[in-house]
Amino acid sequence: MKMNRKIFSLAAALVMSLGIFSSCSTASDDEEEEDSSAQTLTIEDKSYYTKFKGKGISINVYNWGEYISTGADEGTLDVNGEFEKLTGIKVNYTNYATNEELYAKLKGGGTTYDVIIPSDYMISKMIKEELIQPLNMDNIPNYKYIMDNYRNLAYDPENAYSVPYTWGTVGIIYNAEQIDVPKEEIDWDILWDEKYKDQILMFDNPRDAFAVSELLLGYSLNTENPSELKAAAEKLKEQKDVVQAYVMDEVFDKMAAGEALLAPYYAGDALTILEDNEDLDFVVPKSGTNLFVDAMCIPSSAKQKEAAEMYINFMCEPDIAFANIDYICYSTPHSGAYEMLDDEVKESHVSYPDSQFIADKTTVFVNLSDEANDLMKDLWTEMKSETANKWFVPIFLVVCLLIIAAVLIRRYIKHRKDIF
Amino acid sequence: MKPKYFSAPYLVWMIVFILVPLLMIAYFAFTTDGGAFTIKHVSDVGQYANIFVRSIWLSLIATAICLVVAYPVAFILSRMEKHKQGTMLMIVMLPMWMNFLLRTYAWMTLLGNNGLINHLLGMIGFEPLKMINTSGAVVLGMVYNYLPFMILPLYSVMVKIDNSLFEAASDLGCNSASTLFRVVVPLSMPGITSGITMVFVPAISTFIISRMLGGGSNLLIGDLIEMQFLGNAYNPHLGAAISLVLMVIILVIMTVMNQFDPDDQVLM
Repeated sequence: MKMNRKIFSLAAALVMSLGIFSSCSTASDDEEEEDSSAQTLTIEDKSYYTKFKGKGISINVYNWGEYISTGADEGTLDVNGEFEKLTGIKVNYTNYATNEELYAKLKGGGTTYDVIIPSDYMISKMIKEELIQPLNMDNIPNYKYIMDNYRNLAYDPENAYSVPYTWGTVGIIYNAEQIDVPKEEIDWDILWDEKYKDQILMFDNPRDAFAVSELLLGYSLNTENPSELKAAAEKLKEQKDVVQAYVMDEVFDKMAAGEALLAPYYAGDALTILEDNEDLDFVVPKSGTNLFVDAMCIPSSAKQKEAAEMYINFMCEPDIAFANIDYICYSTPHSGAYEMLDDEVKESHVSYPDSQFIADKTTVFVNLSDEANDLMKDLWTEMKSETANKWFVPIFLVVCLLIIAAVLIRRYIKHRKDIF
Repeated sequence: MKPKYFSAPYLVWMIVFILVPLLMIAYFAFTTDGGAFTIKHVSDVGQYANIFVRSIWLSLIATAICLVVAYPVAFILSRMEKHKQGTMLMIVMLPMWMNFLLRTYAWMTLLGNNGLINHLLGMIGFEPLKMINTSGAVVLGMVYNYLPFMILPLYSVMVKIDNSLFEAASDLGCNSASTLFRVVVPLSMPGITSGITMVFVPAISTFIISRMLGGGSNLLIGDLIEMQFLGNAYNPHLGAAISLVLMVIILVIMTVMNQFDPDDQVLM
């Protein structure tokens, strides 16, 4: 989910110079790059992809920023380019930064997309509002590679609308040099610890921020109970005193530069950040966390459904799925790609926590009811806008009055002068 | 062809890209999802009074600082020799050649807790200051980004003031202070009003500066509107209502401003 890198792509030069977008397997980076540049693509059933050859078709793919292997770094695969070569279908590839932005674009109309990759709760919202359409799985034979654990999840119970692309957990990035707590003991309450005042970063979106608060309070991450939501908001308000800033993308820069000591974030991105600062470590608290899944869907307004299904199928080719996952560092639901990973990555508790933990301690978001969503939005805005200074309004009013009085006096004087 | 036809392209542009969107904002603000009339969204704006006051306050401060800083600069610029003026103007404009976001990003690195400024302070033995994620940082960002918009209109008005006017003023017994207040300020009033408009309006509706330098913990109106359209609280009707209220506030403030204009010129 959520590599919100809209700002990052605009500040590309800056970011590139920091080398943020390198491959995630740290240990043997150099050797590997040589390997993968020599890598040749194997596609099982090439004839399937020739259907639209020479017909001049194009599809619009709308994805998170930096969420596909682009071939921009040496030795990585240009996935879209390979697809164009293989099928003759042109890919118009664009980026969005948040689920909500994607939703706004689809809802607003005006542009049509053929393939989108929203996250779990947004998928169930879109299913409910009929913004996405059921897939024809006959056209996506590679669905067979998707592991059983990632099929038929709560957001899409019959797996009719989506094909999982990546998944991951939320955890805490922390500065192991300066935080003197054993890794196993770090839990969500550390984000409320007065000791780290002004050293804590927090999610700048309500769903994830409320989730942290709900985990701490022991509520369900999908609670719709107004009093529980209010209690969670109260907890977030309490946290405001110790929080340095509410951020999304800025986590990359701030944590890497040592601006803050603690930040909850997504595991995949955390691994990328960890490469830039040796002092940092990442922990998924034992008490539980949110498991997110991003999946490929086809909007109801899509013009090229079959070509879009072909694209989704292509993304599930083992070699392609591996190239993507190797590039973006998230966890894969694709058995073929998983097999190809280094043992080191497979055994990492960050990327692939044991199945017992996933089953017992993680929750997948589902879409909340409209009432709960509205309440959460209102509570969030209220939490963020509360100003410490109660004198703002009165002082402002006085200033306004003074200005008006000055204007009136001035006009009066001028008027008197004009008479003579 | 009569000269007025030459304005046709701009007229079309204005209707399609300014007038129609304005009407759409008004329409969205007063309707529900189904298109029925409602004042709910406009009255809902009331609960964000805090955010409005804060935004107006911060952008007023930023505008005032811009004016105080820009006025002498523009005056000195306008009194320079012609060939130097071009070079100096270019220096004023120079920061604007860079991407707006990059410039603001640069401030993040400068002001950060482990940033350059605190680093330097640390070297000469001072305690690090908390600069980023404060209202002050937001105002600084506004001043930095919008200062050229204040300097340029002031300069373009002042450059037209003839030097002989100053001579006449001192002939008639004005000291330098009264020359400033009785000659320069009144004559540069149109520049002051348009400069204030050009700084205040973008400053009050900015969202990226407050997010990057303010830490996102205290919203401005721009953040609030952005949240309604692209952010986490998708509700275009409320967003339109907030924009509408914001426009009315700006309109009122600008009307007040124009009272200071000697020719009662309308500079909207």
